[in-house]
Amino acid sequence: MIKATIKPLEEIRALVAPFRRVLTVGCGGCVSLCLAGGMKEARELNIKLRALQDPGSEAVFDDITVERQCEQQFLAALDSRVEKYDALISLACGAGVQFLAERFPHKPVFPGVNTQFVGVTLDIGWYEERCKTCGDCVLGLTAGICPVTMCSKSLFNGPCGGPQDGHCEVDPNTPCAWIAIYERLQQQGRLDSIADVMPARQWQGQTPGRILHPRYRDRYVHEDGNDT
Amino acid sequence: MKSGSRLERILKAGQFALTGELGPPRGADADAVRGKARHLSGMVDAVNITDNQTAVVRMSSLGACLIAMQAGLEPVYQMVCRDRNRIAMQSDILGAAALGVRNILCLSGDHQCFGDHPDCKKVFDLDSMQLINMVKTMRDEARFQGGAEITVAPKMFIGAAANPFAEPHAFRVTRLAKKIAAGADFIQTQCVYNMERFCAWLAQARDMGLTEKVYILAGVTPLKSLGMARYMQKNVPGMDVPDDLINRLQGVDKKDQAKEGIAICCEQIQQLREMKGLAGIHLMAIEWEHRVPEIVEKAGLLPRPELQAEQV
Ligand code: SF4
Ligand code: SF4
Repeated sequence: MIKATIKPLEEIRALVAPFRRVLTVGCGGCVSLCLAGGMKEARELNIKLRALQDPGSEAVFDDITVERQCEQQFLAALDSRVEKYDALISLACGAGVQFLAERFPHKPVFPGVNTQFVGVTLDIGWYEERCKTCGDCVLGLTAGICPVTMCSKSLFNGPCGGPQDGHCEVDPNTPCAWIAIYERLQQQGRLDSIADVMPARQWQGQTPGRILHPRYRDRYVHEDGNDT
Repeated sequence: MKSGSRLERILKAGQFALTGELGPPRGADADAVRGKARHLSGMVDAVNITDNQTAVVRMSSLGACLIAMQAGLEPVYQMVCRDRNRIAMQSDILGAAALGVRNILCLSGDHQCFGDHPDCKKVFDLDSMQLINMVKTMRDEARFQGGAEITVAPKMFIGAAANPFAEPHAFRVTRLAKKIAAGADFIQTQCVYNMERFCAWLAQARDMGLTEKVYILAGVTPLKSLGMARYMQKNVPGMDVPDDLINRLQGVDKKDQAKEGIAICCEQIQQLREMKGLAGIHLMAIEWEHRVPEIVEKAGLLPRPELQAEQV
């Protein structure tokens, strides 16, 4: 899932300083699970912003949290609320922030979190990256360990000459992805899956991505081939 | 002949080759390149010009290649995958070939976190294996990586690196085989200090018939001091410096350590020369170019073979 971290308070404060009525919009999706942008964090942020207010300031900080900011149906719940605010802070991932801004184009929308990566929860409050969403997954060849994400040089034909005691050359706390790939494949008796040169990639995601699920494709693509 | 470079011709003729290394300066200083080139001229068959080694910004390898050529050296153009995508790489390869560069060494490159711009965006559009393959396709099929035709193909003698000492040891020869399959014509190895392990790696390569398919040059770096030896042992990823070398340097007076380092280096070269399947030495005297003549002479590698004028 998407992992994010809350932006430095001072940065958020500076972004919304010119506005009097501010609505902080939390997201109940990924960012709430990594304790960065859910209802609790939205409330906490507002408490801190109020505490930083100049004496006599009349700024108002309210909050509301929607189920997921990356879906229209949940954003619709905000339609009647947003009008009375001068600016919005979105605690969703970068995609959610943009979707919110797209729905209310006349309102300034500011991000409250830094979207970090697609990752996993190792334990409470401990998240690690696992996927760079490269669009052409090779995990089947690499023993379920992502070379794009987990190798510091994103090598497809590793390991480089640098691993030391199983660690990546960049730092002794980072395991070498390619040693791990090698060892797991060896254990499974599948080393032949990295015996051949993996050719240059056809990188995807170089323009904004789009998926039209085959089951719904007809809804969006007309017969002449043009999109809706 | 794939490229007609001096290095290729020497190796093809079965002569024991010697390549050197020249690190470009941290400024637009052509004289610094010329100064280093003077020490190497006539001493080695070709000189690797490094590409922002350890991710520290320096004069471009191509720029320094050209200056080195003007100074009479044959360059091996080093190219790393860290800083360029395939468009920039292919364009630089065409430029280099047009300027007369005939050897290229394809490397992944040190990670940017080691250098002076750790916050830069890494590229690694290709890895070293894919870069080797791209140069081969450009040379042999006159095609760009994207498939389009090249009007005049770049005639490059393609080099790759190998580290016999890195983990997982059992996979290192397989990886060498992959580089050969990708298109490597010659290999320059990581600095050899652990002779035993190198010998075992080479034997394995020989058994798999790889030394028949590729020219292997053993990397050698003279130890300038005990401090350097310790640093290499502890801090350089993938480097295997055995304790007995450290002890040997420790055993001599500080002012004699450089001399001892050179003596060790010459002994290593002698030992390596005896090894079956080894095609040459890659002498990397890091920021010590001026000692190269002395090392080459003491190691008995002079004179370098003369070749008739290049016919491409
Ligand atoms: S190869 Fe890696 S980056 Fe690409 S989709 Fe699979 S896990 Fe994600
Ligand atoms: S040491 Fe391993 S993880 Fe690190 S860059 Fe090299 S191959 Fe990748």
